[in-house]
Amino acid sequence: MKLRLAQIAHVRSGDKADIADISLFAWEPLGYAVLKKCITVAVVQKHFAHVWPDHAAALDANLTVNSTVKSTVNSDLKSAVESFSESDSDADSLSTAPQVARYELPNLLALKFVLRGALNGGAASSLRSDNLGKTLGAQLLRLTIDLPDKEAQPVLQATEKVLADF
Amino acid sequence: MKRVRLTSGLGFYGDHWNPVLAAIERGEVDYVCSDHLAELTLAILQKDRLKNPTAGYARDLLPMLAHLWPSASARGVKFVFNAGGLNPHGAAQAVQKLFVEKGWRARVAVVTGDDVMPLLDHLQAEGNDLRHMDTGEVMTSIREQLIFANAYLGAQPIAKALARGADIVITGRVADAALFLGPLIHEFQWRRTDWHLLAQGVVAGHLLECSGQGAGGNFGAANIWQRIPDLAHIGFPIADVGHDGDVIICKAPGTGGRINFHTVRQQLLYEVHNPAAYVTPDVVLDMSQLSLKDLGDDRVRVSGAIGAPAPLQLKVVAGYRNGWMGHIVIGFCWPDALRKAQAVAETVRTMMHESRIEYEEQCTEFLGHNTFLGPHAHHPEDDDINEIWLRMAIRTNDKKYADAFPRCFPWLALSGPPFMGGFHGIPAASQLIGVWPTLVARESIEDQIQIEVLEIA
Repeated sequence: MKLRLAQIAHVRSGDKADIADISLFAWEPLGYAVLKKCITVAVVQKHFAHVWPDHAAALDANLTVNSTVKSTVNSDLKSAVESFSESDSDADSLSTAPQVARYELPNLLALKFVLRGALNGGAASSLRSDNLGKTLGAQLLRLTIDLPDKEAQPVLQATEKVLADF
Repeated sequence: MKRVRLTSGLGFYGDHWNPVLAAIERGEVDYVCSDHLAELTLAILQKDRLKNPTAGYARDLLPMLAHLWPSASARGVKFVFNAGGLNPHGAAQAVQKLFVEKGWRARVAVVTGDDVMPLLDHLQAEGNDLRHMDTGEVMTSIREQLIFANAYLGAQPIAKALARGADIVITGRVADAALFLGPLIHEFQWRRTDWHLLAQGVVAGHLLECSGQGAGGNFGAANIWQRIPDLAHIGFPIADVGHDGDVIICKAPGTGGRINFHTVRQQLLYEVHNPAAYVTPDVVLDMSQLSLKDLGDDRVRVSGAIGAPAPLQLKVVAGYRNGWMGHIVIGFCWPDALRKAQAVAETVRTMMHESRIEYEEQCTEFLGHNTFLGPHAHHPEDDDINEIWLRMAIRTNDKKYADAFPRCFPWLALSGPPFMGGFHGIPAASQLIGVWPTLVARESIEDQIQIEVLEIA
């Protein structure tokens, strides 16, 4: 079954200079094991490809094109996609791909993601409405993962229990 | 065993101080530690100072103190503020003026030495190329565009100021958590090498420095925020700290918000990057073995912070002029709200091209649609969209283009698609400020730290 991270986790995001800093918290230990297994650097890099317009194209042609066509998100992304089709075979573009660091904190049932160069120059240099990256956490909660029912159900049940006591 | 209670003051320039009053009157706190300086607040303060040389500090310090001092002084509560910003002496003089008018007495200490602008030539001559901490770039061309460069000082000067009997300590840039660690070092006489104790103190400070965020404010979950009680009267977090480094996070009775395992861990990891090596001027904190124990009744015990020796260099954040932003927001009503906004964006891009408005980057957002979720927004049918706001912004090095850009819009009211509204005028161009974090040997900064004490009688 498909799970949205919002069903099993909570999040807070912030900034330092041009670096977005996102913490993802499972509500309980089973959920943490799922996050630890599924939310890898590569997954996060793909999910947030649009925050690095210069790099978005290099990451994954299909994913970027699909999300752009559907969302009409902004012209920067569109031009990044266009430039991808021109530089399809440019292997160098991957070496300049954005850097995502990931840290595991089993003691806090949390994962930490640090996304360099993700804030359009950072706070007072950014053209974006959300110049501080405060809503990037919400974008992460929209991420869906596909889990076998027998793995997903116990997480949902355990989460429901924790939430009842919140 | 001796314990000390600290409360959050403000979490940023512009925060609310009623929750601080609750902590003073009902939270039995000994210190209010107030963080007025986000990373770029100094850029705002520099604009103030250019207009008026006696400005350059966070002005909310004054109404805040005016509101809190009678309750605080009656209970012996002391204050540590970084509200001095770029002009801690100016802030102290303004406090003096306020207190003289009110007939209040206090001993005010001023900590300076974080301003490294005057040191930059010397540092570069000595071979520090002031590399950008994140990109590794050497500071060259932007040097002439710098508007401020301030080091994050540690807790020691704050502890020393308190040892000189200060009721109010006013600093410029210090590490946020140092505002809290300073009183703990002073009260408990923790040594500079008591790494684990200092680490526990930094954790306490870090949990408090963002005010309401440490008590269930901005709690990033779906369908949970409604269950955090009475956010309108949120109690800012209080740290109850023991001589042995025992830390309990709590809040004043009868206040809103929630302090539990979940709300505390959200703040614990906030903006720390590597949680196993959170570098502060006084200690490098490792949270990987840290434990949070929910004691119930809005109390959480924090233990297990590991400290490693303080870094040999201090972090300096410089701000520099980084071009201009021209921007505008304009609204579109059903029918076809989104399509019309998209069409106008396209028209404006054509106009910019034809009228040779030069820009390096352009940002188009459809407010109410996908501004925050980007490609992860869902897409309603055209007829289901009631209204959309188009926001466009350009980045340009020349202010005249930033000024010209929003003037591409008004004529469309009569000559563009129908049902356009909510046009609130032409916004002024904004100066963009870049951030340049770098490292400087700590002794070159610490040599210039000064503490001055002002007696207001």
